[in-house]
Amino acid sequence: MQEKNVSRRGFIKWITGGGIVAFLASVFFPVVKFIIPPESGEANVSQVKLPFGRAEIEAEAKKSKTFKFGRSLGIIVATPEGELKALAAACTHLDCTVQHRPDLGIIWCSCHNGRYDLNGNNISGPPPKPLEQYIVNEVGDEIFVARETS
Amino acid sequence: MPNDNNRRVSNLKELSFNWIDSRLKIKALIDYMSSKIVPRHNHSSFYYLGGVTLFLFLVQVCTGILLLMYYRPGAESAYESVKFIVTEVSFGWLIRSLHSWSANLMVLFAFLHMFTVFFTHAYRKPRELTWYTGIGILGLSLAFGFSGYLLPWNELSFFATRVGTGMAGAVPIIGKQLMIIMRGGEEVTGATIGRFFGLHVAILPALFVGLLSLHLIFIQRQGMSEPLEWADKKPEEKKYIKFFPNFLYRDALVWLIMLNILALLAVIFPDGIGVIHWPLGEKADPFAPPPAVIRPEWYFMFAFQALKMLPAHVWFIEGELFGMAVFGLGGMIWLLIPALDRKAAKSKRSKLVVAFGAVVVLFMLAMTIIGYLVE
Ligand code: FES
Repeated sequence: MQEKNVSRRGFIKWITGGGIVAFLASVFFPVVKFIIPPESGEANVSQVKLPFGRAEIEAEAKKSKTFKFGRSLGIIVATPEGELKALAAACTHLDCTVQHRPDLGIIWCSCHNGRYDLNGNNISGPPPKPLEQYIVNEVGDEIFVARETS
Repeated sequence: MPNDNNRRVSNLKELSFNWIDSRLKIKALIDYMSSKIVPRHNHSSFYYLGGVTLFLFLVQVCTGILLLMYYRPGAESAYESVKFIVTEVSFGWLIRSLHSWSANLMVLFAFLHMFTVFFTHAYRKPRELTWYTGIGILGLSLAFGFSGYLLPWNELSFFATRVGTGMAGAVPIIGKQLMIIMRGGEEVTGATIGRFFGLHVAILPALFVGLLSLHLIFIQRQGMSEPLEWADKKPEEKKYIKFFPNFLYRDALVWLIMLNILALLAVIFPDGIGVIHWPLGEKADPFAPPPAVIRPEWYFMFAFQALKMLPAHVWFIEGELFGMAVFGLGGMIWLLIPALDRKAAKSKRSKLVVAFGAVVVLFMLAMTIIGYLVE
């Protein structure tokens, strides 16, 4: 008799407890979903045409320009050898925008003194990974930058 | 007949007092307050630090509400509205300057208050809960600082926020999602301003007021902590002053002095001074590289500098993660000190706890100094 009572109480406890949990979950689920922003409209593109040409890049004091690559930023650099190199511009450390330092011949992140070579390899400082390198295609005056497809 | 007049006035006073008292029972409150006492000793000045922090918070509330009247969040309007405040609005520069100065001083005094409580072991039984709420309040103050920093949407604030939220992104597994929630997308944009604005003016104030009320109620219930040295003093050797009105008058005097200091600083250095400054500068441009010197606010400098000095990898983990794990662990110990410090509970000084505190303070000071000296 006693045992039965206890298990009945246990059952009720379990039901109310479960009910409260379910209730809270149903309240907070929409809230949590609400604060996660929806996917932005801009697609993750694989190729862009730059809105400027080689002359404009070389005219810059830093021999480089940043450009929009889908949702993120890219940087294009004119090397002393006359080559164009395009890399992702977001530092792999904590996401600052990197810049070209023609005086040092490196890609530099001013936030924590992170350094990359012109191929995007991290050579010193805190960045843990290289910058993604993009493929540059010059067609006449136009420059196309594409993500490497493996 | 002046006497008659006097009697009438005192009658009126009594009447109105009775009217209020029979409804609100303030007599009990006054009795309670006048029985309260505050210990008097060499370190009594520590007792004012918390009150000053509270005062600066009140200044934040008032100036913040004023700024709200002109500030317009959004990538296209935030910078322009702050510019409008400081250039067009009468005394706009003063209100912004007061808000910024008071924010910095509030964090400073909150830290001082915390360290004095730590080193005098004032967190010991029965004040553990006061310590926990205090740490929560300090955390919220830092969150206020961080979320407020982005709102003017200038170059510095843009990159500081990118690095700050990028740090959240380095957390394993949930990091990316966390960063997206903080930024309102993958990048720091106008959506991020909206979020930080909501945080800064609604969510944080609500949490802050809640925790602060608890903190103050606890302090009222427990009274002021007595120094450890008093534990084996005879009752006649202990000196006290009355809380009401003596201590309250002194508190008021300190607040008045603080208000004057604040006003002087805000008027003489409207853009801040030295490394503690907030020039409006250039509007944020996501395409531009960060300015040559990028620094967080001074109270994040030690963490910023420590993370900067870590190599890319410590053993096999990313330096970033390693640093955050160490900070997390240190913060945990700091928070739980009332539970860990068994000696203080028995009214004894713990050398280990003091040493830990000293290491933390020295580390923070050293990192901050290096951060400002080394480019
Ligand atoms: S964000 Fe580039 S080095 Fe830290």
